[in-house]
Amino acid sequence: MGLSTRHLLGIKDLNRNDIELIFSTADTFKDVINRPIKKVPSLRDVTIANVFFENSTRTRLSFELAERRLSADTLNFAASSSSVSKGETLIDTVNNILAMKVDMVVMRHPYAGAGIFLSKHVKAQIVNAGDGAHEHPTQALLDAFSIREKLGDVAGKKVVIVGDILHSRVALSNILCLKQLGAEVMVCGPTTLIPKYIGSLGVKVEHDLKKALNWCDVANMLRIQLERQDIKYFPSLREYTMLYGLNKQILDNLDKEILVMHPGPINRGVEITSDVADSKQSIILDQVENGVAVRMAVLYLLAGQS
Amino acid sequence: MQNLTLLDGPKFQITIQRLCRQLIENHNDFSNAILIGIQPRGIYLARRVAEELRLILNKPILQGDLDITFYRDDFRRREGPLVPNQTKIDFIIEGKNVIMMDDVLWTGRTIRAAMDAMLAFGRPAKVELLTLVDRRYSRHIPVTADYTGIEVDSIASQKVVVSWKETDGEDKIVLLSELSEPEFTEFKN
Repeated sequence: MGLSTRHLLGIKDLNRNDIELIFSTADTFKDVINRPIKKVPSLRDVTIANVFFENSTRTRLSFELAERRLSADTLNFAASSSSVSKGETLIDTVNNILAMKVDMVVMRHPYAGAGIFLSKHVKAQIVNAGDGAHEHPTQALLDAFSIREKLGDVAGKKVVIVGDILHSRVALSNILCLKQLGAEVMVCGPTTLIPKYIGSLGVKVEHDLKKALNWCDVANMLRIQLERQDIKYFPSLREYTMLYGLNKQILDNLDKEILVMHPGPINRGVEITSDVADSKQSIILDQVENGVAVRMAVLYLLAGQS
Repeated sequence: MQNLTLLDGPKFQITIQRLCRQLIENHNDFSNAILIGIQPRGIYLARRVAEELRLILNKPILQGDLDITFYRDDFRRREGPLVPNQTKIDFIIEGKNVIMMDDVLWTGRTIRAAMDAMLAFGRPAKVELLTLVDRRYSRHIPVTADYTGIEVDSIASQKVVVSWKETDGEDKIVLLSELSEPEFTEFKN
């Protein structure tokens, strides 16, 4: 019994059994990373290249740690300090890495579909660590895993994703993953940052943050991705914060306790205030810890298929 | 498919009791000894032995479950990935006398993996191995049990299956053979 796919390119390639298998395997790895010796020898004969064409701290570190915890050999590649800046193509870059006998490629790329393109041209297994505004599957898996850990189950839970839905790969992967697991999903943000036909994914749309928070069990606050915005989508950050920023006062005025999530990095004081980020309702650091366990599970299950 | 019952009924329980007496001979009141069952089938042996020891010594015995999935040496040599079981060791093994248990000792590779897996929880003072069935002359690596229920001579195509009252409805050890006709004739001769 294994995953139904050879690569992890997006949540849309996973069925519910795949996601549940990843979660049950991640449960075991979470136990492993809390032991005195946080390492297992499973992937000792596997070499993994982390190929990042875009800046990343959390995801890259999390993958790197997951690989080391599994005893894999790792190769780190950052586009800014590589031959890509000299004009080398993506396939040439990756083929050169593969010539060094690499089994798996974890790739982040600014263009949507880069992982899919690569999977059709190289033999190695590809793990998508984020491709443009398309998908970020491991982030969605760790988010759903964190909800399951805190609330017992994802099915039937109400999750609102707040903020820049238009540019967010986290939002799309989260919607697909949560819907697959039977959660109700709502997106909330300014009209300019909500894609026109997002309702076709089976999600509710709300533009009033307070209404959305009163409806939900979990609020996933997305970062405003100024680096992806080619035009102005709202008048000012200050206005955005006033309308869509989550602060302690709003949380305290709710008649229930909700979970607060954030995929990071946080713009403190923009989409979420420090007192919320550091409150007991926030599970942001749990997400980071779970990220290592979930990525270990993904790498382990994929490596077992080759 | 041929089934040969090696042990069942009262003799099965007598064998368990004998193993418990042998353990008591070496570990007295179990003040510094713990039992660890190897997942998936060794845990039932460990639980049964722990219960039997509790009745004899009139005190609870520390017993844990150890999963060896991530320590196996056949990962990526199989059809698909192995799905792990749960490890449940909620006590310190540092400086303890550990008795590892598995239902069947065959190639020894499981025990090798279990030794690796166990060291993630500390450095025991001593490690012993108890097995209900020892398939003799089948080792791939030099591993010997300190305590053995029964010994059986078998060939690679045969399988030893241990059933437990708790999970399978009865205590039984069966040798399964899938012998083709010519092979079977040759075997008889």
